Amino acid sequence: MIPAKRPILDQDLALLQDNILRMGSMVESMTEKAVRALKERKVELAREVRAEEKVVDQLRLDVEEAGIRTIATQQPLASDLRKIIAATHMAVELERMADYANGIAKIVIRSIDEPLLKPLIDIPRMQFIVCGMTHRALDAYVKEDANLARAVQAEDDEVDELYKQILRELVSYMSEDARTISRAMNLLFVAHNLERLGDRATNLCERVVYAVTGQLHEPKPKKSSIATLG
Amino acid sequence: MLAENASIFYGAFRAVADVTLPVHERQITAIIGPSGCGKSTLLRAFNRMNDLVQSARVEGKILLDGDNIYAPDVDAVAVRRRVGMVFQRPNPFPKPIYDNVAYGVRLGNPRIPKPELDAIVEQSLRGAALWDEVKDKLKESGTALSGGQQQRLCIARAIAVQPDVLLMDEPCSALDPIATIKIEELMQTLKERYTIMIVTHNMQQAARASDYTVMMMMRPDRAGEMIEFDQTEQIFTNPRDKRTEDYVSGRFG
Ligand SMILES: Nc1ncnc2c1ncn2[C@@H]1O[C@H](COP(=O)(O)OP(=O)(O)OP(=O)(O)O)[C@@H](O)[C@H]1O
Ligand SMILES: [Mg+2]
Repeated sequence: MIPAKRPILDQDLALLQDNILRMGSMVESMTEKAVRALKERKVELAREVRAEEKVVDQLRLDVEEAGIRTIATQQPLASDLRKIIAATHMAVELERMADYANGIAKIVIRSIDEPLLKPLIDIPRMQFIVCGMTHRALDAYVKEDANLARAVQAEDDEVDELYKQILRELVSYMSEDARTISRAMNLLFVAHNLERLGDRATNLCERVVYAVTGQLHEPKPKKSSIATLG
Repeated sequence: MLAENASIFYGAFRAVADVTLPVHERQITAIIGPSGCGKSTLLRAFNRMNDLVQSARVEGKILLDGDNIYAPDVDAVAVRRRVGMVFQRPNPFPKPIYDNVAYGVRLGNPRIPKPELDAIVEQSLRGAALWDEVKDKLKESGTALSGGQQQRLCIARAIAVQPDVLLMDEPCSALDPIATIKIEELMQTLKERYTIMIVTHNMQQAARASDYTVMMMMRPDRAGEMIEFDQTEQIFTNPRDKRTEDYVSGRFG
C-alpha cells in the first residue's frame, strides 16, 4: 500500500486538539484563580474568572461545530472518529468545569464584604488536586496514554474525602453558632463546586480511555453526600 | 457458507492465500482491502465463477450447507443457481425487462407455464424494489433503464432463480448516491431471505450496509490474505489490526 496524505482531516484533528487543550488550561487557571480570589479576598480576580467563562463557552461551540463539520466532510473512521467524538464530549465537560469555577467566583463576589469564617486549608488543597487532575487528564489526552488517564481517575477519591471532611467541619461550625451559617454555607458551596470539578475531571479521563482504546466504561457510581447542592 | 483454508491460484500465481472465513447466514458480509488484494477473486470462488478462467484453481474447501462446492461430483452450474452474482457494472441483456428476469428460470425449467413465470418475474422485480417503476414497460429493453434501475434489474435476475446466497462485486461503483442508497436499502430487505457478500471500495458503504467485514491485504509475495474479520461495527470503530486502522482511515490506499 502507498502511504496517503490526509491533509484536511489531519489539520482538523490538530485544530480540535488545540482547542481542547486551550479549554483545559483555561479551566485550570480559572479554578486556581477563583480559589485564590476567595482566599486573598480579591474581587478583581473573581471578575476575571467570570469573563473567561464566556470564552470557554464559545470554545465549546467551536469544538462542537468543527467536530460536526469534520464528520460530515471527512467521514472519519476508527481512531479518527473516536478522537472527534471524545473531543466533543470533553468540550462539554470542560465547559461545565468552567461553570463550576465561575460558580466559585460568583460566591467570592457576593460575599466579598464578609470576613472569611476560618483560614482556608482544605479548600486550597482540593483545588490543588483538582487542577492537577485536570492537567494530567489533558496530558493523557495528548499522549494518548490510557494508563495515565486511569491513574488520574483514582485521585478523585481524595477529593471526595476532603469534601466530606470540610462538610463535617462546617456543619459543626453551624450547629455551634447559627450566626456562622451564611458564611459556612458559602464555603460549603465552594467545596461542592470543587468536588464536582473532580468528578468532571474523571469524566475527561473516561473520554481519553475511549479515544485511545475504544472502551466505553460506565461512569464510576458517585456517592455524593449532598446531591441537591450546586 | 464457509471457506476453509482456501487458496486461489491463477496458474502459478497465488492470488489469495489460506482464507478461512465463516459467512453468516442471512447477514451481509463486506470484503474490503486495497486494489489487487484478491477481493474479487475470493468472492468469485464462492460460486465457482473462477472456473471460467482457464488458469484458475482453488485449493482448500468452500462449503455450502456443509458440502464442498469444489468436490469432483459437483456441477458448477448448479452451484451458481444457489449462489448468484451481481457485477460491478450493471449488465442487463439487450432484451425486454421481462426476459432479463425470466432468463435463468427458463434455463432451469424450459417448460414453465406462463402464469407461473409471470408470477416469478413480478415477485423478483418486487424483491428488487423495481416493480413499480417498470410494471408498465416489461416489454421494453433492460438496457433502456437508468444505471441504478439496471442494477436492480440484475438483482431481480439473480434472485429469480431463488438462490441462497447473493454475491455482489462493487454493485454501486457505477451508480450515483441516490441509486446507491436504494441498493443498500434493498440489501437490507434481501438479507431477510438471502446471505449476502459484497465487495466494496467505499468504506462508508461497508460501514453502513454490512454486518460483518473482512479486511484483506496483499502479502509481500502479492498473495492476498485475510488480516481481520469481525463485526462491522468493531472494524470501523476499533479495529484490532493496525493495517486495518490505517486502511479504513485513509492512511493507505
Ligand atoms: N484472470 C486473471 N488472470 C490472472 N491474474 C488475475 C486474474 N484476475 C485477477 N488476477 C490477479 O489476481 C490478483 C487479485 O485480483 P482481484 O481482481 O481479485 O483483486 P481485487 O482485490 O478485486 O482488486 P480491485 O479492488 O482492483 O478490484 C491481482 O494481482 C490480479 O492481477
Ligand atoms: Mg475487484
